[in-house]
Amino acid sequence: MNEQIKEIKSYEQEVLTRFPDWAEVDQREGFQGLLVDQKNLLAMMESLRDEFGYDHLTSVTGVDYLQEEQMEVVYHLFKSTGGPILEIKVQLPRSNPVVPSLVGLFPGADFQEREAWDLLGIRFEGHPNLKRILMWEGFAGHPLRKDWQEVFYEGEFKPYEDRWPEGKVSKIEDQNPYQENIAYPKGFNPETWIPDGEELLFQGSLPLVQDDPGIETEQLVVNLGPQHPSTHGVFRMVATLEGETVVDLEPVMGYLHRNHEKIGERNTYAMNMPYTDRLDYFCSMSNNFGYALTVEKLLGEKYRPPERAEYIRVIMAELTRVLNHFMAIGFFLNDLGAYFTPALYTIKERELILDIFEAVAGSRMMCNYFRFGGVVRDLPEGMEDHIRKLVYDRLPRQIDELDRYLVENEIVVSRSAGVGVLTPEQAIGLSAVGPVLRASGVPYDIRRAEPYSIYDRFDFDVAVRYHGDVYDRFLIRFDEIRQSIRILQQAIDGLPDGDFLANKAAYKFRMPKGEAYGRVEGPKGELGFYVVSDGTDNPWRYHVRAPSFINLTGLREMSLGEKVADLVAILGSIDIVLGEVDR
Amino acid sequence: MKGFGIIKGLGVTLKHIYDTYAEDIRAGRKRYYTEEGVRQRMTPDTKGIFTVNYPEEKLPTAEAFRYVPFLVYDEVDGEKVPRCTACGICSKVCPSQCIWITRAEDPETGKPIKTPAEFAIDIDLCMNCGYCAEYCPFDAIKMDHDYELAGYERMESNIHKLERLLKPASYYAEIRPVNYALELQIKAEAEAKKAARRRPK
Repeated sequence: MNEQIKEIKSYEQEVLTRFPDWAEVDQREGFQGLLVDQKNLLAMMESLRDEFGYDHLTSVTGVDYLQEEQMEVVYHLFKSTGGPILEIKVQLPRSNPVVPSLVGLFPGADFQEREAWDLLGIRFEGHPNLKRILMWEGFAGHPLRKDWQEVFYEGEFKPYEDRWPEGKVSKIEDQNPYQENIAYPKGFNPETWIPDGEELLFQGSLPLVQDDPGIETEQLVVNLGPQHPSTHGVFRMVATLEGETVVDLEPVMGYLHRNHEKIGERNTYAMNMPYTDRLDYFCSMSNNFGYALTVEKLLGEKYRPPERAEYIRVIMAELTRVLNHFMAIGFFLNDLGAYFTPALYTIKERELILDIFEAVAGSRMMCNYFRFGGVVRDLPEGMEDHIRKLVYDRLPRQIDELDRYLVENEIVVSRSAGVGVLTPEQAIGLSAVGPVLRASGVPYDIRRAEPYSIYDRFDFDVAVRYHGDVYDRFLIRFDEIRQSIRILQQAIDGLPDGDFLANKAAYKFRMPKGEAYGRVEGPKGELGFYVVSDGTDNPWRYHVRAPSFINLTGLREMSLGEKVADLVAILGSIDIVLGEVDR
Repeated sequence: MKGFGIIKGLGVTLKHIYDTYAEDIRAGRKRYYTEEGVRQRMTPDTKGIFTVNYPEEKLPTAEAFRYVPFLVYDEVDGEKVPRCTACGICSKVCPSQCIWITRAEDPETGKPIKTPAEFAIDIDLCMNCGYCAEYCPFDAIKMDHDYELAGYERMESNIHKLERLLKPASYYAEIRPVNYALELQIKAEAEAKKAARRRPK
């Protein structure tokens, strides 16, 4: 073991002093956080929440350490009043990984624990509904385990050897006799199989319910989606209705699942950058930002981006926020039934920003612009003036026009005010982030709470609204666009000359062993990347904490007691992108 | 007053309608089906109709725009000489692993020579990330601007082989003038340095 004592951060020391017997420092080189035994986990988490104020469980995931025969569950917590992330880990035997579920303490752990069960096979004891979430119930195995291989398996790591120097074009699917990228467990027949709990959906209705005045009513199960324009992609809401009122709701997802994380673990570090574009495909610049920051944490001081790159990064990230919120507003109006006129007015502004991305990064949506230690190329000539004109003149004018156009509209107000309320306590407990959290009256913004890049230099306010209803989630996007424009104006004025990349462009990196959790305030909320490096060219573990996915945990809570017609508005107000939900 | 918000909103819609016609009259015929007109619609102070009538009108592509890669060849004595040395870097950095390269061999000695015998890109796998062009040390593979690649089947038209991939350096200079000039400059500087180093001997 390493004899030298690790530097312990003050907030970790506080926890250690309180729990000398329960927690210990993770001694592995490059690792942070505290190790806890699984039998003390619940009690410790409860006191962390109630005594220390770590009330927001932001990320739950697992790591499969194949050689050590161990599974590790990793929890990231933060205080909703601001400050750094506390990392708690539980180590379990790989043959039988069982850990108590945290859903009772943090309802926001619900989907994430299901995801960890689904992809890694970690069982969470006491979880009320522990079934698969991204894969389907009959799926064979847990795909993120290191010894799991897909049917179209080509190799453990890229680059594959058959590409060069004797590369002959072939398709891996041609080598598979059935040409189907699927394997069934033994004794499984997909033709006759009905998923657990879904018999009800086929029957259509539930047993009779005796109403108070003696009227017999039936509960009805209605599927909204998966193929429906209002679900913003392929997403299904299974709503149980009594009359028109929603009494239960379960989101069903995974239709767009491609196991982004497994792909990421086969890729080298640099190869992952274009893949992050495809998570939330409206906000590829923000996704790049989060991933670049995380890997730069691992790479260390040498890969600190130069000043100019930092400014360009901030400009691009804020432009992304502006365009995402314009789209969110436009499509929210679509969901309310104002079909496409407002959406087209907002798409117009988005197009102008996409033109900038095309000129700067080479692609309108799949930007792939950030590199470790900077950005791939400098702004082209004349671009600064173009951006300046946009952020000083056009965007402020257009957001004011949109404000006049929509905010006071009586139909919008009556459709959304008081609908789908999420109280601040609920929002924190459900691990909501971004506009959803801030519209519920919690002024938590990572750009302020734990500033990254150069956000501590800019003058801006954290947008916050206090009612937590659909209307506030709609309004807060106007506020955020205005604040982003303020940041953009300061950034474009302060943009210095100089380099845009710290090191020579490299595609291989000497990656030290260790782990890093990096997070940015993406347009949809906290976008986190958890990367574990084993010192090779490929990440050992690559996890994405997707804001759209985790914000959906609150969907049921928001919808209970509402009318079925409002479900679409509530979903629209969360602003999800299925590329990120399903990963 | 109830309903005022809606009327105010309709005022905005009305303004948009007015702008559409006013702008058409002000700009006249050159607003549509001319490059000038399309460019005007991309500026920050554009008003009126914003959409582009593809394929009659096309948005001008930015220089940095990237679509599936092509290989650059130089014309030497009327012969096509690919810049590619079959070093394999592009196929190693490719995130989707869509590049296959066969290195050419000397028919007599059997030793590898620095040119590709076969080169294939599966454009259905290609994600247009631009890494191959970024990391190529010989400026031999570049991202194209031609985005109209629709075809009728998959195996023939969507796997680009060497003949299809090779395009002249003049084409590259045409689509990326700034980059091309920059590369020439860097090359000239490197050669000047080399020459300066040789002289003292």
